[in-house]
Amino acid sequence: MSKVRVLAGTRKGAFILESDGKRARWNVSGPHFAGWEIYHVKGSPVDPNRLYLSQSSGWFGQLIQRSNDAGKTWETVGNKFVYEGPTGTHQWYDGTPHPWEFKRVWHLEPSLTDPDAVYAGVEDAAIFHSADGAKTWQELPGLRGHGTGPRWQPGAGGMCLHTIVQDASNPGRIYVAISAAGAFRTDDGGKNWKPINKGLFSEIMPEPRAEVGHCVHRIALHPSRPGTLFMQKHWDVMRTDNAGELWQEVSGNLPTDFGFVIDVHAHEPETIYVVPIKSDSEHFPPDGKLRVYRSRTGGNEWEPLTTGLPQSDCYVNVLRDAMAVDSLDKCGLYFGTTGGQVYASADAGDSWAPIVRDLPAVLSVEVQTLS
Amino acid sequence: MIRVVLPQHLRTLARVGSEVKIEIAGQVTQRSVIDALEARYPMLGGTIRDYTTQERRPFLRFFACAEDLSHELPDAPLPDAVASGSEPFIILGAIAGG
Repeated sequence: MSKVRVLAGTRKGAFILESDGKRARWNVSGPHFAGWEIYHVKGSPVDPNRLYLSQSSGWFGQLIQRSNDAGKTWETVGNKFVYEGPTGTHQWYDGTPHPWEFKRVWHLEPSLTDPDAVYAGVEDAAIFHSADGAKTWQELPGLRGHGTGPRWQPGAGGMCLHTIVQDASNPGRIYVAISAAGAFRTDDGGKNWKPINKGLFSEIMPEPRAEVGHCVHRIALHPSRPGTLFMQKHWDVMRTDNAGELWQEVSGNLPTDFGFVIDVHAHEPETIYVVPIKSDSEHFPPDGKLRVYRSRTGGNEWEPLTTGLPQSDCYVNVLRDAMAVDSLDKCGLYFGTTGGQVYASADAGDSWAPIVRDLPAVLSVEVQTLS
Repeated sequence: MIRVVLPQHLRTLARVGSEVKIEIAGQVTQRSVIDALEARYPMLGGTIRDYTTQERRPFLRFFACAEDLSHELPDAPLPDAVASGSEPFIILGAIAGG
């Protein structure tokens, strides 16, 4: 019998939500690390009992926790994130140079092949790697150092590296996204990086088609088509079919193309999901209606999915790391809101129900499909 | 034996009670106390001082003998009453957040 395990990071702790394959009844455990901000929790694809968790607070800084038993017990592991070589500067909000300062880990991405290997995306933007189960961390300095780093600038949420996507068919290829610098790719396991932002257009920038500076909110791919990436940018939903060499807009008939999350159906590589948000100054759904939009055509043609979601007076946000898909048949979707709800769909988005309604603000949602 | 009082979240993290006792070889200073604390409880590394700058985290304060020692130099000797163990060295989380 299959099972699913949803890992929710919130402003005040982590929660683990488990169900059988029907995804109708849920057991909730937590809060784990009550009172701490849990930006992200993610399990190893190789060993699903191995979980990595990012724990932080304005008082005590950054910690990393690791579990070898699916969250029953935790071990505090390495939290020493020290930039490699000269610190260097990026641009501050006013355009002046500002030294790189480590603030927190936004995203943990376990290796596809080794349960002891994991990547961390951090603020100020950089990527770190651990080969020893998160005990020690080393920066992959080629990202900050490839040349455009001094031109990167923070978004409103800080200058964070929030998305790390590995290509299962090409172990050397990794994509990352940074707010507000853009998307980047390595083809050699992280030694060398290059911006992949051609085709992006950001009206708010002095040079709307600049090589870097775009506020990319999230990128996603389907493992069967590793050259095809989907992006939710600050404004605009985009796709590329050549590994980021050129992007094209696929916002189509969305009611607004601002948003944070984007994800791909587990079994249909051209079926994608977004949650439109009204605007960058009004971080809630248009008209107070919480709607997931689905495109079965890889973008441009979108349909609202509303069954089971609040269609009046709803003013929550869905943050960039707060949507995930399971790999059951039918594909399950999950997303969390800043109002503390985690919604689940066991039928690819056709209908929804809340697993929990009253958690602290949800920062991230991941799901593990267990056999 | 030096007595150290930790804020609630660090007690939970280190799985200790409200007060811990640590041995210090040599002069008793903020730096030597925190060094010994981190050596005894590695999970506290980086939670009191920033790893890179080695500076006290802004929302933490150091108190002893009813005095705020937060702005003393890290290598300045702590009061004799702390060194003798009759008074604790208190690491306090600021009340912040509105």
